Amino acid sequence: MSTTPELHRDDQASKIGMWFFLFTEMLLFGGLFIVYSIYRFGNAEAFHQAAQELSIPIGTINTIILLISSTTIAMSVTAIQKKDKRLALILLCTTFVLGLAFLVNKYFEWGDHIKEHIYPGSSVLALRGQGDVLFYGLYFFMTGLHALHIIIGLVFIAVVTRMIYKDKLNSESFALHENSGLYWHLVDLIWIFLFPLFYLIT
Amino acid sequence: MNTQTGIVEPSFLEYKGKYRGIFSWILSTDHKRIALLYLFSILSFFVVGATLGLLMKFELIAPGKTIMTPETYNAFFTLHGIVMIFAVVIPGLPAVFGNFLLPIMIGAKDVAFPRLNLLSWYLYVTGVSLVLISQFAGQGPPDTGWTFYAPYSFRTAGNMLPAVFGAFVLGFSSILTGLNFLVTMHRMRAPGMTWLKMPLFPWTLYATGWVQLLATPIIGITLLMIVAERTLHIGFFDPTLGGDPLLYQHLFWTYSHPAVYIMILPAMGAISEIITTFAHKTIFGYKFMVVSALAIAFVGYFVWGHHMFTSGMSGTALYTFSLLTFLVAIPSAIKVFNWISTMHHGSLDLQTPFFWAAAFIFVFMVGGFSGLILGSLAANVHLHNTHFVVAHFHFIVFGGTGFAFFGAMHYWYPKITGRMYDTRWANIGLVLFFIGFITLYGPMFYLGFKGMPRRYYDYDEVFHAGNIISTMGSWVLYSGLGVIIINLFASLKGGIKAPADPWGGKTLEWTVPSPPPVENFEEIPVITKGPYDYQ
Amino acid sequence: MEKEKDHIIPYRTFLYVLALLITLTLTSVAVTQIYLGTLTVVIALVIAAVKSSFVLRIFMHLKFENKIISIAVIAVVLVLAAVIFITFLDYLYR
Repeated sequence: MSTTPELHRDDQASKIGMWFFLFTEMLLFGGLFIVYSIYRFGNAEAFHQAAQELSIPIGTINTIILLISSTTIAMSVTAIQKKDKRLALILLCTTFVLGLAFLVNKYFEWGDHIKEHIYPGSSVLALRGQGDVLFYGLYFFMTGLHALHIIIGLVFIAVVTRMIYKDKLNSESFALHENSGLYWHLVDLIWIFLFPLFYLIT
Repeated sequence: MNTQTGIVEPSFLEYKGKYRGIFSWILSTDHKRIALLYLFSILSFFVVGATLGLLMKFELIAPGKTIMTPETYNAFFTLHGIVMIFAVVIPGLPAVFGNFLLPIMIGAKDVAFPRLNLLSWYLYVTGVSLVLISQFAGQGPPDTGWTFYAPYSFRTAGNMLPAVFGAFVLGFSSILTGLNFLVTMHRMRAPGMTWLKMPLFPWTLYATGWVQLLATPIIGITLLMIVAERTLHIGFFDPTLGGDPLLYQHLFWTYSHPAVYIMILPAMGAISEIITTFAHKTIFGYKFMVVSALAIAFVGYFVWGHHMFTSGMSGTALYTFSLLTFLVAIPSAIKVFNWISTMHHGSLDLQTPFFWAAAFIFVFMVGGFSGLILGSLAANVHLHNTHFVVAHFHFIVFGGTGFAFFGAMHYWYPKITGRMYDTRWANIGLVLFFIGFITLYGPMFYLGFKGMPRRYYDYDEVFHAGNIISTMGSWVLYSGLGVIIINLFASLKGGIKAPADPWGGKTLEWTVPSPPPVENFEEIPVITKGPYDYQ
Repeated sequence: MEKEKDHIIPYRTFLYVLALLITLTLTSVAVTQIYLGTLTVVIALVIAAVKSSFVLRIFMHLKFENKIISIAVIAVVLVLAAVIFITFLDYLYR
């Protein structure tokens, strides 16, 4: 329909659109925070005990990994604005690798629990009591959904990296880059809350 | 006609773009074509849902088995609810009339994200397909009701996963539509159209967009939790594992109550447009109409517990929700008052859309008052899960959104199709529909008050007479529907050509040809006056 | 469509914020090792909120955007908080 896409491009509209989408993600995880808060209130002692089985060092490292990755992607936007294509690509690749590192850590963390037969629906977990079932149910569901969003974020980053490499994004036109950054920061924000709620409430 | 070149722009219906045939529709990013894609899908699913309703009513014409087994009846009311709620009434006005009219009414050439708009329709079709698949694959159709209450929804053998996932996908479609409309109104209003010069239908779409954005994700995650219960036995709502089934209800209704405001707000906006045009008078209390729309969206977020009064909630929750429910009625009442005040001393043009609007006000008030009765705690104990509730929501949803949809269909028919419908048959259809509607749903108030439960396949002989009347009403309603729809289709070919402004409306869509050209406006207008500039 | 004036945040700013965020993270780990009852959760969440505000305002550029987006973010959080609060009216008083 529109024959001159450049004339119709509205970067501010894209940014607002991404912010609105982030609101839906906040409410999506918000529903799980509702469930978490109700069940923590009703099973405070069991949640307290079960949280001690999570590894604070790994959780802290993962938190810092995501914080650094947020920094690198934010810096990559500055780089593209300053027309420093090489630095932008390096920073984006760093972000990607950090995101992967987070997922690898998660894989091993989950693996440790699953090896002990602690996973949703397992009879071992059911025997441990209702509080534990709810804690681990929430743990796997929330960190799982979060990991899914990390994967989506990594796809965004990969696409943006390729487009910058091919000069399809540059200092004049980088809305997709900036908005992918926003998405990645949201993934970081969610973890900023997941970390204390699961690892630190001992 | 382009005044500079003298060339007549083809209408969006005749426009020949990159694709041919069916592809020029299903690959089009033109908001007007997408609106018609939605109209076609939504009308089709409405007929499916209505037929299910017709058959359910036929089953209920006598106690005991009439034409179906109890299991079939359960599957029918489940599918009827899922189709009507998620596939018809929630997308309804926004997807059809919002898509078609919003850009034109604010002086824009399209929505902010046209390709996302097309994706919304694809998601819609995918979602409904999944729901339909659930009917035929696996161990039998879902039988939980459209509310998928735990723990039954994860214990039943019925085919829940495609239905639940279909609803999830439909929710995503709704979110994207809302997001698109919100950004469109923020960024693409014509020069000079300040927020307070925007017409009321866009304003209600704005309020609705926020509800779509902020409420839908909650049901999204809740449905995913049901999937996790069924597949992983995660335990969130399973009492044997420590979960609380009531928490499911809280989460479900935290979306599904705001969802009814997704249904009714655009309807109210359309009614405002119709009444101002046919009263030839500017809307009474424009600012109050804007604020009340936003207030309904906001307060409506916090009343969900009134669906759960008998579920075992705490006393504190009970009276909090009851109080908030009474509060949310106030902005709706303000709107009704303002509509009537608009008509008062107006120069009324008695046309079909106006009759729909007048009928809307009547049934909406009946539905609204019955809602207040249900919102009273003591009455609710007696009326919950009876046919009184069924009457209430059909009056307010079918009566409200449904009547507004048909009113909008007739009001904007000339603009969309370039033709006038046959007025005589339209009015005959309306009268049949209205008589059928009252006869079908009116007795349900009485039946419910007397204690007839809902979602029951059978009933006591004492309820028989009321059910016979109600079922006969369904036949009259269905035939009225037939007349209306056939008339609208027949007039596509046979109707007389419509001018740009057949009704004397003042909003921007009446300044462009009927049907509009692809880019809506030859030149984006500059706005200097308010939206309803009648003298 | 005219281009809005792009505001460029210096690299250094991001690195300072990162240092702050890591410090806050390590602080929250340390503090929650001490048993303080319900106060532990409160402190952990307050620190999380402070970290979030830096991510939102600097990394996500809200400090330099139209104020309306910041207001919308706060409004969304408040709506979620209100829903949690009202749900607790049921569970607290059963």
